[in-house]
Amino acid sequence: MDSACLNYALDLTAGGGLTLTCEQRAALQTSLLVIKVNYKFSRVLFWGKILGLKNDYFIAQGVAADEMKAKKILYSLNCTEWHLLPPVTAPLLAYASTLNGRFTGDPSFEYEHMETRQQGEMEITADSKVKVNEEQRVAAVVLTIDREASVVPRGAFTRTPDGAVQTNRSFEGLSWSEAIKLSNYYHFTEPQAVKKTRLLDMTRLDPSLDYLDSLTEDIPKGSWSLQLEKGSSVVVLRSLFWLGLTFFHVPTTPQHGYIYMGDGLKNIDLPFML
Amino acid sequence: MEERPENVVDVIEDLSREVKRAGLQNTQSTLRDIHVTTPPQVTAEQQKVLFSHKGGEDGTQEEQMESPLPNVAELAFYLEQAGVGLGREETYRVFLALKQLVDTQPLQHCRFWGKILGTENSYLVAEVEFREGEEDEEDALDEAGEDEEREIISFPKSTYKPPPVVPKENNGTGANKFTYFVCREPGLPWVRLPPVTPAQVTVARKIRKFFTGRLDAPIVSYPPFPGNEANYLRAQIARISASTQASPLGFYQFVEEEGEEEEDSSRISFEENPDFEGIPVSELANSLSNWVHHVQYILPQGRCTWINLAEKPEEEEDPEEEKEEEPDEPEPEVGPPLLTPLSEDAEINNTPPWSCKVSSSIISKFAIAVLCSNLWPGAYAFACGKTFENIYIGWGSKFLAEGYNPPVPPPPQSEYPSGPDITEAADPSLEEEQALKAALEEQRESQEEMEDAEGDEDEEDDD
Repeated sequence: MDSACLNYALDLTAGGGLTLTCEQRAALQTSLLVIKVNYKFSRVLFWGKILGLKNDYFIAQGVAADEMKAKKILYSLNCTEWHLLPPVTAPLLAYASTLNGRFTGDPSFEYEHMETRQQGEMEITADSKVKVNEEQRVAAVVLTIDREASVVPRGAFTRTPDGAVQTNRSFEGLSWSEAIKLSNYYHFTEPQAVKKTRLLDMTRLDPSLDYLDSLTEDIPKGSWSLQLEKGSSVVVLRSLFWLGLTFFHVPTTPQHGYIYMGDGLKNIDLPFML
Repeated sequence: MEERPENVVDVIEDLSREVKRAGLQNTQSTLRDIHVTTPPQVTAEQQKVLFSHKGGEDGTQEEQMESPLPNVAELAFYLEQAGVGLGREETYRVFLALKQLVDTQPLQHCRFWGKILGTENSYLVAEVEFREGEEDEEDALDEAGEDEEREIISFPKSTYKPPPVVPKENNGTGANKFTYFVCREPGLPWVRLPPVTPAQVTVARKIRKFFTGRLDAPIVSYPPFPGNEANYLRAQIARISASTQASPLGFYQFVEEEGEEEEDSSRISFEENPDFEGIPVSELANSLSNWVHHVQYILPQGRCTWINLAEKPEEEEDPEEEKEEEPDEPEPEVGPPLLTPLSEDAEINNTPPWSCKVSSSIISKFAIAVLCSNLWPGAYAFACGKTFENIYIGWGSKFLAEGYNPPVPPPPQSEYPSGPDITEAADPSLEEEQALKAALEEQRESQEEMEDAEGDEDEEDDD
């Protein structure tokens, strides 16, 4: 969510039980402004917090010209001193998805891992120790959550003919009848699935708005929980895969955003739990 | 043209807009206005009741002073320092909803227990104790019919004897010490949850489900859960309460009765310690031994106090598998006694069960101690001076370090004793068949020879 309206947005997403303390809110308002200037971001998003056993990680994202690509991710343990997260490589991403313990809250904590490689048909197993510290794991998890569970309402961002994604200045919010349908919410990431829409449906799509994947295409069905909260004045979406990811949208206003407040673990038991 | 205004284009734009608007204005519509109700309007109507004042009489004020309504606003103030909360307005709505509950029910004690999130709706949970004698006896939901079903399917006669049902604990004791009310949204009626049975607790330990938000929704699971979502909700509340409700050491003390016979069995009741001075926040935040459980541990049997099922003569089997080996004298299950320090809780896969924090590091003078459970994500406790409180806001499922493994079904019962007469023999191979044929042939030939010989003899005799 945008750091400019952090307080307002936090109140709307608080239904999940976690908020920030007054001290943290005050510190964020100061420090996010400072990093916006220092890193020359066009705007700063407060992404959320990952609960650790000893400390929590607070995550912020800096957005440059393109809204979707080239986001820089920063973390902090005390909401005042921010550090850039290391870049994420494909093997790191794959490895981080196999880790299933809680975060400790110490960025230099090292996870050791024996990697076995099989070469050719002969089973030559080469054991090599891979060391991943928690800072890298946080980076991988933030990227994974962004890929799998970042949400925007339909029409909030447009794609220009040259491919850049920008905020839609004429977005006035979904109407009430649209807002309670899951198909009007999109993953805010590069489309993963090949579109399997029928030609008849294609005619209704607008290439500048419908370039993203809809949440209804997620597997298994029902991996999102859509509710009305705060006296039914706000639509709240919660991911059941990433417990703690909360998206809010106030219908008929352009207010929307998402925040992650959880332990950074994917709920792989979901198929049993529905 | 004569005036030469600076913003000609804008003026024309405005004019054009005016013209368009005039053209589109619909003055003579005969259609009736369609009244569209949006969800906020519906909820606003429901919640309007909460804000209504009841007269201005003096009597009501006195009554309010005595009512067991908890101070939710104060709770929210402390919880916000811990980084937990529902948002201020929402908390106030919950406050009003609790007031509604207190006004309508004869309660002695009431507490905001927390919130359980569901996929379609969430539940607000209130923990109450009825005034003595005023509790209505009827249970909200009664499960009967399981036995009937079993009787209907009585052919062929099953030799399976269901293990004896562990009787549930009476209201006001053990896992049923408190009664729970839930409500989906402030303003909607509170629904009383049925008391929990031991069978529900034991099954709830084995399954892992999301709540839907509808109390009458069925729980589709293996092993089958006895009851619907209301029962499951109640079972999970009992489990969460038993493992996460904590208080500072010394806040409660055991009631010391004179005629105390057995120490272990009667140590169930406790009272507030009037001499409790409060533990400094730094000590609370650093050591788990300064926190104690004040809700009884639920035994593997599903009850807080162990009951010996083997005492009944006709039912010898104990439901616990461990005990089946020695059905004569099952060992009583003993859990940790009440008011045990949290530092004795078991670890789960190298994850410590609790995390302790101080709410603020900058202004530590006025900070509070925060305790959060890693076993039940969403369970929090705080303590500051003499006040402490527990709350749970979460999905109602326990933390598992590994992925969930549903229990495998038990091996099927053998239908009849297997013996040589019903065992299927392997088909003979070609060689075996031929060997048998050859053997038979030989036998027949030898027999024929014998017969021939005999026949000859006979013929000879005849001749």
